[in-house]
Amino acid sequence: MEPIVEFRNLSKEYVLGSAMRRGRHENFRELLLRNLKAPFQVLARRQPDLVREERFWALRDITFDVNPGDVVGIMGRNGAGKSTLLKIMSRITDPSEGHIKIRGRLASLLEVGTGFHPELTGRENIFLNGAILGMRKTEIISKFDEIVAFSEVERFLDTPVKHYSSGMYVRLAFAVAAHLNPEILVVDEVLAVGDMAFQKKCLGKMNEVSQGGRTVLFVSHNMVAVENLCHRGIVLSHGKLTFDGNAKEAINFYLHSVSGEGSHGHIIDLASARRGPLRRPRLLQKMEFYTDGNTPMKGNILMGAALKIRVHFPLSEPVDNFQIGIGFNDMFDQRVLTVHSCFEPDRSHGKRVGPQVFVCDIPSLTLVPGGYTLRIWMDIGVDEVDLVNDAARIQVVESDFYGTGRAPWNGTFVLKHRWYIEQGNEASPSSLDPISIPRVIPPV
Amino acid sequence: MAPSFELVIKPRSGWQPIDWKEVILHRELLGFLIWRDIKIRYRQTLLVGLWAVLQPLVAMLIFTFVFNRLAGVHSDGPPYPLFAFAGLAPWTFFSNSVSTSSNSLVANQQLVSKIYFPRVFIPLGSIAALLVDLCFSLVLLFGLMIKYHWSLTYHALLLPIFVAAAFLSASGIGLALSAFNVSFRDIKYTVPFLIQMGLFVTPVIYPLHYIPARLQPLVGLNPMAGVVLGFRSALLGSPADWGLIRLSLLMSVVLFIGGLLIFRRMESRFADVI
Repeated sequence: MEPIVEFRNLSKEYVLGSAMRRGRHENFRELLLRNLKAPFQVLARRQPDLVREERFWALRDITFDVNPGDVVGIMGRNGAGKSTLLKIMSRITDPSEGHIKIRGRLASLLEVGTGFHPELTGRENIFLNGAILGMRKTEIISKFDEIVAFSEVERFLDTPVKHYSSGMYVRLAFAVAAHLNPEILVVDEVLAVGDMAFQKKCLGKMNEVSQGGRTVLFVSHNMVAVENLCHRGIVLSHGKLTFDGNAKEAINFYLHSVSGEGSHGHIIDLASARRGPLRRPRLLQKMEFYTDGNTPMKGNILMGAALKIRVHFPLSEPVDNFQIGIGFNDMFDQRVLTVHSCFEPDRSHGKRVGPQVFVCDIPSLTLVPGGYTLRIWMDIGVDEVDLVNDAARIQVVESDFYGTGRAPWNGTFVLKHRWYIEQGNEASPSSLDPISIPRVIPPV
Repeated sequence: MAPSFELVIKPRSGWQPIDWKEVILHRELLGFLIWRDIKIRYRQTLLVGLWAVLQPLVAMLIFTFVFNRLAGVHSDGPPYPLFAFAGLAPWTFFSNSVSTSSNSLVANQQLVSKIYFPRVFIPLGSIAALLVDLCFSLVLLFGLMIKYHWSLTYHALLLPIFVAAAFLSASGIGLALSAFNVSFRDIKYTVPFLIQMGLFVTPVIYPLHYIPARLQPLVGLNPMAGVVLGFRSALLGSPADWGLIRLSLLMSVVLFIGGLLIFRRMESRFADVI
């Protein structure tokens, strides 16, 4: 099959004003001033002093193919080149090198409501925005009722949009965009708008679009949306393509690359970590973190993913009553979770001596997204023999835990649960598992 | 699925030809942009179309008083108010067009940085919307002609040529200035000054023969001179120096092409700089 979009050695270079970052207009002030002094230099061929300017590659040598029907999620940190890539694809800016070959009608949605004018009514803005997004007038007329119904602003159709609430504004804007009918759709972060109910609706519409065999390129920080919508993921880092594969793997890769750049590696040295004022033997040597599929976890973990922690320590004499505890504190330093080896019923390992690796296996870490600080301590018998207060920091990242595309926005942790309507005597649907009531744990 | 078309996006630099295919493909959008500009301008102003005619009308009254009564400037035939208004109508269109269009790209930053379409639509659309104002002024001019018992001749059929020339001149300058304005915001401050200078070097408030004969050929290099002289000749039957007007019309075409080329050359950088 011939690819519908071909990226070949695509590069984009920006000229920086002095050592400043690209992008914002103020940062070009120095460049402007210099140019104003010699405006005709700019008109003529580029002068040598302009060539010596600091340059910055926003994209470097991007090569990949998109096949018809692919729904590709593009991930990367801020400044990794995602937006530049979309801008080049949308023909807003030119590449510096390489090319893109596009075989089909492409519509890009870098923002909802581009070209909306506050003075114009909802009706007028539908037409204007539709035309700006590349719809034909006849196309807009034929889809007009559908757009209005989707936007839920029928009553205010003849009111200037400056009187709209921000929610209505966004709904109308998305409604127009959602009814674009291109062969290739390029979308940037637009789902980060509107209330939850509308976001759901948008995701649903996106899903419909992607299931309809349309080719979609989707840039987002919203891992839930990427996981839900895309079957393929591409990770950009510092302007280079660093991963291209299935969406789930791409998300993991992205999270690891993000953590790799920021916090710590997946192995934490505890031997040299700071301890409290009490002098105790430094027994805890190191801890290692792994997530799903035994991939090293470098600080970022998906909500609901497995967490495996391997703790290394030596034992100088044969003992069997050693315990390890790990506490998870949230950003307010409140303990939200404690895992402790004393809760493990099967301690049949007997007396042990020498270097040990004690493994804690959490099949699904269901804390809500956010940053957590880990404290680790070790007891032998009733004595606490070692304690590291600020041993590690992990970041739980939103994922599609419930399989609905909606991330929790409240509370401390997530758990699987169900909702249903009780109908007469039919009671619960048969698929509902009986809820097991935990045994009351007798006080120790 | 057979692709509807194939597009290659690759680096561009230097002079760019006009991409007519793109312009035709997006022609509906140009219509919508003009329609938007007209709607917005007339929606918020209480005086609606009156505003469009008030500007040249008040200018005409002031100039009649200052130049005709006080300074003793006379027309080349028709009553001075009529003479002045026939010049001020296209001049007002031109000056408003230049100031609006030179700021148009910056005013539409959001569109420039978020969506693709032929960029020339933005300045050209803003000028086309101002043609409505010109029509209102022409209606007022006809009213004044009735008041002064000045009859229209078949020469009026030439008017569209001069309207087109005014459009081309304003577009040529507007395109170039709007492109420069993206990188150099100072353009905004120099435009009113340039327009004011233009009013005095163009025979708007005085007849052509006030200019010394040896300098008259130079007037032909001013594209708006031909427009103003042409308007008067077509509507009021003023004597016309056709050689000068022809040169002036040619200049408006040259200006338009020049403006377009500069615009196209700078276009690829707009989104990066704006």
